[in-house]
Amino acid sequence: MTETNGTKVSTSKLHGLWALTNRELKKWYKAPVVFMLTLIQPIIWLGLLGNALNLGSLVSSSSLTISPQAISSLQLTTAQVAGLQSIFSSIGSSILQNTFGTTSYISFMAVGMIAFTALFTTMFSGMSVVWDRRLGFLNKALSTPVSRAAIILSKVLSATLRSMFQAAIILIIAIPFGFTFGSAFTPLNILGVFLFLFLICIGLSSLFIAINIRSTRIETPMAVMNLLNLPLTFASSAFFPVDRMPGWLQTVANINPLSYTIDGCRQLLINTTIDFGKLAFQYAYVGIFAAILATAGIILSWRYLNK
Amino acid sequence: MSENSDVIIAEGLTKVFNGGLVAVNHINFNVKHGEIFGFLGPNGAGKTTTINMLITLLKPTEGTANILGHDISKDADAVRYGIGVVPQEYTADEDLTGLENIMLCADLYGIPHGISKKRAQDLLTLVELTNFKDKKVQTFSGGMRRRLELACGLINRPKVLFLDEPTLGLDVQTRAATWNYIKTLKKEFGMTLFMTTHYLEEADSLCDRIAIIDHGKIVTVGTPTELKDSLGGDIITLSIQTEENITELIKTVQHVKETKLENGTYTIKTESAEVTAPLIIEAIRKEGHVVTKLSLTKPTLNEVYLQYTGKSMRDAADESKDSMFAHRAMMRRSHA
Repeated sequence: MTETNGTKVSTSKLHGLWALTNRELKKWYKAPVVFMLTLIQPIIWLGLLGNALNLGSLVSSSSLTISPQAISSLQLTTAQVAGLQSIFSSIGSSILQNTFGTTSYISFMAVGMIAFTALFTTMFSGMSVVWDRRLGFLNKALSTPVSRAAIILSKVLSATLRSMFQAAIILIIAIPFGFTFGSAFTPLNILGVFLFLFLICIGLSSLFIAINIRSTRIETPMAVMNLLNLPLTFASSAFFPVDRMPGWLQTVANINPLSYTIDGCRQLLINTTIDFGKLAFQYAYVGIFAAILATAGIILSWRYLNK
Repeated sequence: MSENSDVIIAEGLTKVFNGGLVAVNHINFNVKHGEIFGFLGPNGAGKTTTINMLITLLKPTEGTANILGHDISKDADAVRYGIGVVPQEYTADEDLTGLENIMLCADLYGIPHGISKKRAQDLLTLVELTNFKDKKVQTFSGGMRRRLELACGLINRPKVLFLDEPTLGLDVQTRAATWNYIKTLKKEFGMTLFMTTHYLEEADSLCDRIAIIDHGKIVTVGTPTELKDSLGGDIITLSIQTEENITELIKTVQHVKETKLENGTYTIKTESAEVTAPLIIEAIRKEGHVVTKLSLTKPTLNEVYLQYTGKSMRDAADESKDSMFAHRAMMRRSHA
């Protein structure tokens, strides 16, 4: 605390951080339409795309019918037909289990969606810097003694909190759509998922803020974001397992930190067993990504704001 | 800070943008405690760049300024605590309410809520926005938004308030109302005001002292009266019925300083037109001539501006339009 203009004021390096973060969050939780849309979006994704892309249905027992000709020529009894169907079905399940790590594609996709939502939320948060600049808010904040770091961190923090909340919503909404937790799941694992999200959001939003902070027009960052979001989403394990991809795409997906986030979250949420060695590596990978990008992003932005 | 000392001292303040555009070129000026100091000049003259350096948004390329005893380059945070800023744009967050915006500003200054809540209410009352404090800013009119910016700029009880074109884009009535608020607030808080404007009448009626800036340089500084007096007084223009040249006759009249005949119209310079004009008419009548037209002109800042920059404010504004675009583009690039 120090005395300026006759008032005791806080001189903490991070004063104003929560006020700025809350400003971002208010634009979301105080706007009923925006807030509802963030709830409706996962319903559309899971309801429409989850069913349309439901690869599991290709190999389920109901999609396997044995033609009457085949039954009569092989002289199969009803019991034998049922037996064959159940064999096919169990082959199908094991294919699903081997490919997706779970027998439910909806569960597989829901976890992918969590990461996908984190990617989009951080992208938009990054773009909001451009608006703050255009509308003069950034300059006004810069003319106050609030620390430049707090201005940047508020963007990172608000995107992270929002992503974490939306992830929880997606999981809750996914349950009526058939989301099933894996046998290795315990409620404590949710905290692990949040840790993954926390790390990836910090990394991604620092990256996007650093990209956007120099920009005075919205078109440039939009082009950059469009360029980045498809490869980041589809060259990851979000909607399809990496080991089924062509070799070159696997290379990209294996660098993409989203893959590690998603695979880690899948281990915690839907897989039957957790490989703790792998999990530790996934945390380390995402953690290092976050640390590097956050440091670089915050230093770059901070330098720019101090010009 | 004593009452007589200078609140702002600029020494060789210079800003060169990356493209080589010299926006502000080695300017020096002092702003005294408690005065309203106006920066007058056309768009693109360097007013906003100067203010942006003073409010610590831009680092000077050369030179420096000292505000309230703190160097703007070395001790930016101390400067920021002591000043208030009312920017040219409407910067309040449209998605938040009026009160939320003021509280956000308070938090940016680190003012504890115990104090800022009370202060925000007082400021809202002062700018007459209490009834709208819980309405989102996107529903506010231009005048209301300007008042909200004023309230935000005052939340830290600044000793110096910077106003960048505070009435730009407002209609005449709202402009007058805005100035009433500013004057009330100044009286209330005993602040020093530094403002930029390109409205000559505003600068004339409000500012204690004015600096005219053109092409990044200060061409003259003084009180509005001093500046106008520096032109050598009032101007009388008259014509008479006949073609006869009576220049010599007019020159003999008391108080007349200079007389010129152009296209049948005499332009006469004098200390005070009201006193001299009757004397001239009297003298002309005595010689049997009839005055057909007469007008008295008090010099305005536009004439001052014309004198110091070689063009009237309006011409300068038109001419600078192109250079302003170039300037804006340059600024954009310098940020890229």
